Amino acid sequence: MANQQHDESGRLRKAPENFLDASGISRVWAEAKAGRRHFMRSAFAAAAATLAAPAALAQSNPVAAEGGDPNILNLPEHSTGLGQGVVTDGYGKPSQYESNVQRRQSPGLTQTTQASVSFAPLQSLFGIITPSGLHFERHHQGWWDIDPSRHRFMINGLVKTPMVFTMDELMRLPSVSRFHFIECGANTAVEWGNVAVPTVQYTHGMISCSEFTGVPLITLLDMAGIDRKKARFVLAEGADGSSMTRTIPMSLVNSGEVFVAYGQNGEMLRPENGYPLRLVVPGVQGVSWVKYLRRIEVGDMPWGAKDEAIHYIDLMPDGTHRQYTSIQECKSVVTTPSGGQVLLDKGYYNITGLAWSGRGKVRRVDVSVDGGRNWRSARLQTPVLSKSLTRFNIDWVWDGKPALIQSRAQDDAGYVQPTYRQLREVRGTRSIYHNNAIQSWLVQESGEVKNVQLS
Amino acid sequence: MSSSPRVLWIVLAWMVCGLGWAQSSSFPGIGRPATDKEVAKWDIDVRPDFKGLPAGAGSVAKGQEVWEAKCAQCHGIFGESNEVFSPLIGGTTAQDIKIGRVANLERSDYPGRTTMMKVPTVSTLWDYINRAMPWNAPKTLSTEEVFAVTAFMLNLANVVPDSFVLSDKNIAEVQQRMPNRKGMSARHAMWPGLEFGSQGKPDALNALCMKDCAAEPKLASLLPDYARNAHGNLQEQNRLVGPQRGADTTRPEARQLASVPAGAAPASRAEAVKPETSANKAAAALLARHTCTACHGMDRKLLGPSMVEIARKHPGKTDYLLGKIRQGGVGVWGSIPMPAQNLPEADAKVLAEWISRGAGR
Repeated sequence: MANQQHDESGRLRKAPENFLDASGISRVWAEAKAGRRHFMRSAFAAAAATLAAPAALAQSNPVAAEGGDPNILNLPEHSTGLGQGVVTDGYGKPSQYESNVQRRQSPGLTQTTQASVSFAPLQSLFGIITPSGLHFERHHQGWWDIDPSRHRFMINGLVKTPMVFTMDELMRLPSVSRFHFIECGANTAVEWGNVAVPTVQYTHGMISCSEFTGVPLITLLDMAGIDRKKARFVLAEGADGSSMTRTIPMSLVNSGEVFVAYGQNGEMLRPENGYPLRLVVPGVQGVSWVKYLRRIEVGDMPWGAKDEAIHYIDLMPDGTHRQYTSIQECKSVVTTPSGGQVLLDKGYYNITGLAWSGRGKVRRVDVSVDGGRNWRSARLQTPVLSKSLTRFNIDWVWDGKPALIQSRAQDDAGYVQPTYRQLREVRGTRSIYHNNAIQSWLVQESGEVKNVQLS
Repeated sequence: MSSSPRVLWIVLAWMVCGLGWAQSSSFPGIGRPATDKEVAKWDIDVRPDFKGLPAGAGSVAKGQEVWEAKCAQCHGIFGESNEVFSPLIGGTTAQDIKIGRVANLERSDYPGRTTMMKVPTVSTLWDYINRAMPWNAPKTLSTEEVFAVTAFMLNLANVVPDSFVLSDKNIAEVQQRMPNRKGMSARHAMWPGLEFGSQGKPDALNALCMKDCAAEPKLASLLPDYARNAHGNLQEQNRLVGPQRGADTTRPEARQLASVPAGAAPASRAEAVKPETSANKAAAALLARHTCTACHGMDRKLLGPSMVEIARKHPGKTDYLLGKIRQGGVGVWGSIPMPAQNLPEADAKVLAEWISRGAGR
């Protein structure tokens, strides 16, 4: 029996979606575990044979009784007919079979949709780039689609000449394109005390990564004649209802990393992400990446804005708050397999996930399948870029026994992602923001994966 | 006449260049000096040292008037409401005002953190009310009203007395009574610069153990069974192809169902996705455009009743509903008033008719 199972491993067994429901799959599992492999074959075969369904969904293994897979033997319409023409849709959309891949709200998290958040479906994404339409959203006072011909960008404060720019002018200047992650300071916030949500979409989905295009802020500040002696902070302000403000350190602006962006993944920013202009502050939490950016003020002290004095402050066990916490520290998460998914069979899996650090590049990622007792180093997929998402992969042959999958990242500053115990020892459980603890996924014998925390 | 601003602009540009504005020459023709009037209109921020605060004053009494008309719908009569946003007022004491630290923040059993428990700087309240409130009509309050509403909030938290008039002259004194004015620290490693002095080292340190590490073997937390479907059916939130599928969370966990025979019809996606009629789509668009959705959910009570609840209570009463939309009301669904809504008559009519016909249900 062990040999037989070994023979079955090393390839993917794809369940015919909608032919066997969860209880059916579990029955298959029960039978499989009892050593009745023939039952598994016949169950899939029966399902495939009795139901006519869209070809893309019927992905059973070859059925010997018919001499081959009907998906091979019976040529489908797309192999024997004429397909659709160009520009059927002037702006192409994902396949109809991808409609489950959506950004989603976490039920009960907020009372309104205008002051709310939607989470990116990390469990379904490949590589490091977040498709713009799946980029997570965080709005404080609703989103707008602003006419770019009427948008203005102003610089004032400690400059020789306060200046105004149109979008036309900003887009004439020398541009840079850079890959960066943006993570909400409150990503994984609901998990500080205990497990609260089921999937990686809700635990970690307030992160996205794009190639942004724009103009370094320091270039614009120089055009206005910034007073480099007195300037210590800049204030970024949005043009939307809440006119969001955040204080940005001059040292980071001086490094040239901070830029005003109009481009995202080869096109203009999406309205939900700040069209036509937003600030990009690499490594820093998303609330500082002010959307609908209308103004930068140069100053010599921090502003104590609402999101620096009431929200986005980290409560410590002694009752004080850490103010102006901004850097997103090194963090990683396995995205597949992850919570709420069901593995379809024993055998080979590519454990894959995302790692990032607000302090620079990811140096390494280790993965454990036994809850952190033993670790192996994962392969980092290129490109590995500073303050960007990094994709990691590692081979795993699942033996059907419960497994606890974790990932642990280290950045090039040498900082290692902490466990929940280590994080809570310092910051308690009520900090809300900046939870970068190691995530644990429990793979059960049924194949179903659960979000768990260990102690 | 129309050319005179242009002439002025050119003269100004010449003057600026004459003053040695050297950097601009790298990118000739891009950007122009902002006028004083433009800067004044947009530069509205108020810093903790009150730079940017306009001259003015507002009384607690005036603040209460404004509050009840424009703020209480969301924040509650006493700033205590948890219906839409986190509570603003509560949890602070006279002792906190005296020493500048909110004692309840040290208690892990204290049920929440209000704005007044956290905010260290009174400038933050003034600035945010001025730039962002009321939520559905930001930047519409007068300077007096912003002072007044700030004063009223401070009064609710017993920071200032009932008779108080807050002004640019006395706001620095009020700062010295803010309950959590000494509750903040910038000593941490999470600011990307040296502007607050030398950075601390990162805390919560881990090491790179690889073999036989001291793991945490006990399962300490997982979702309870009753929450299995709380985020919707996870089967529908995962791709239909690949190494794994989403778990069907409309059913108990598979492991416990091993003895139940297979064969029950699987949840069909076609069933789950109900086709939206064009009337529903149009109504939804109007509800969003006129920000009705800030207070009314489709089938879930938010601040106000849901559309479905209203439809159930007032079937066929188009004119009544139209009146309510136009004039607002209070008492039918609770004590929180709905303000009169200023939307085009035609849109209001479409919505009233749509609700009276069942709000799409």
